[in-house]
Amino acid sequence: MYTEKVMDHFTNPRNVGELENANGVGEVGNAKCGDIMRIYLDIEGDIIKDVKFKTFGCGAAVATSSMVTEMVKGKTIEEAMVISNASVAEALGGLPETKMHCSNLAADALHKAIGNYRDKQTKKE
Amino acid sequence: MRRIYLDHSATTPVDLEVAALMMTYYTEKYGNPSSVHGFGREAKQALEEARRQVAELLGATPKEITFTSGGTEADNLAILGTVEALQKKGKHLITSAIEHHAVLETFEFLEKKGFELTVIPVDSEGIVAVEDVRKAIRPDTILISVMHANNEVGSIQPIAEIGNLAKEHGVTFHVDAVQSFGKLPINVQEMNIDLMTVSSHKIYGPKGVGALYIRKGVRIVPLAHGGSQEKRRRSGTENTPGIIGFGKACELIGKQMDEEAELQRKLRDKLMNGILERIEHVKVNGPLGEKRLPNNVNVSIQFVEGESLLLSLDMLGIAASSGSACTSGSLDPSHVLLAMGLVHEIAHGSLRFSLGSQNTEEDIDYVLEQLPKIVERLRMMSPLYDQVTKCNQAE
Repeated sequence: MYTEKVMDHFTNPRNVGELENANGVGEVGNAKCGDIMRIYLDIEGDIIKDVKFKTFGCGAAVATSSMVTEMVKGKTIEEAMVISNASVAEALGGLPETKMHCSNLAADALHKAIGNYRDKQTKKE
Repeated sequence: MRRIYLDHSATTPVDLEVAALMMTYYTEKYGNPSSVHGFGREAKQALEEARRQVAELLGATPKEITFTSGGTEADNLAILGTVEALQKKGKHLITSAIEHHAVLETFEFLEKKGFELTVIPVDSEGIVAVEDVRKAIRPDTILISVMHANNEVGSIQPIAEIGNLAKEHGVTFHVDAVQSFGKLPINVQEMNIDLMTVSSHKIYGPKGVGALYIRKGVRIVPLAHGGSQEKRRRSGTENTPGIIGFGKACELIGKQMDEEAELQRKLRDKLMNGILERIEHVKVNGPLGEKRLPNNVNVSIQFVEGESLLLSLDMLGIAASSGSACTSGSLDPSHVLLAMGLVHEIAHGSLRFSLGSQNTEEDIDYVLEQLPKIVERLRMMSPLYDQVTKCNQAE
């Protein structure tokens, strides 16, 4: 049911863990639904220098989290904001229909982490 | 790669002897049992032998056995057929919260059509209280349906007691025995059962075959019309090779039921205790000991999700199943686990292993060696596990 790419990201997820010096953190989902994704960003200037994730969820939840971290590393915030749940799924070669809505939230988590970073910046100013 | 099948409650391999026998009824003795000629007669004879074999395992007479396309059809025939026959007598129906969807959704369908349904809850071990059934019975109750053993958590229900109760009140009693058939002794006479669903592919027989036991004198209106097969209870040319395979599977499993159950209980307890010893934050779902199916292990592994566990096990050649939402095709986890009072997050991490006759001690050792590593890897990824490790450090 999953593509090879999804299974690859599930088996060898990229950028798992936490960032102690994260200046943007975003979490979406809840345990009740069976999916929680948390993304940590280390942003310098306008560039996402480092990114890590932690995810509780199914194969698709883990794979999309892993994929989104790979997609944004080294990118500008503006570029990261363009990434959507659909483009993450596309980069994985597609997801089963039933997973498109429940477990495909990695871009939302990313955007939330960027929002968190921006909030902090505004407060500083 | 090593492959270990631990999903026998989903389906079983067909016994080689069964498959060989079936083959002759596809290619040599392929007659239609309704035909008058020799081809028909030899098929009819084998069909009746199969009916005798199924009846024997239930303590029924052959005339009380109606073959169907499987458990789902037998459940539908039992429920819809009874309601159609008795609707003038009353409109109240009783079932349990942990039934298979083939039963639950059939009742929900009837509820939408105006029947009144009482769904009996279960305790934390997944067992129905007889007293709750007694309280639910009304003068207009026409059918009680409670499964013998639950497919997810293996909990065995007090069927004989409910049977007594139903008889006392003159209510028709249906039992879905798909999971217990061939694993636990069943006697429909002693247990006062009027209708009982059984299936072939859970007992090393072919898929697409099942049967409904219909006690002599119990009225059922058929679902399908247009033929006179199965005493007009189930029209359509019989799946002769399948039915004959089912009969043979009954005969084979009947011979070694007690012995087999004892072996599986040992493996079951080894697996369950082994998981509890090796992995922290694990909860056993369902009862322990004699109230549990001999081949069922069901645990919730906290802070990880069921489908991730299944995928990881599958990559190591281990086949299991889960009650997580992701595997049920809906947003909610298993209705059985929720009925037992589990919170969603614990239900999402459930894992079921169901043993079969080919499993060995070595299979269990392999699972016990691999599963802790899988859980550790997934927990390292889990934001829920963070909180636990941080709490522990703080203490």
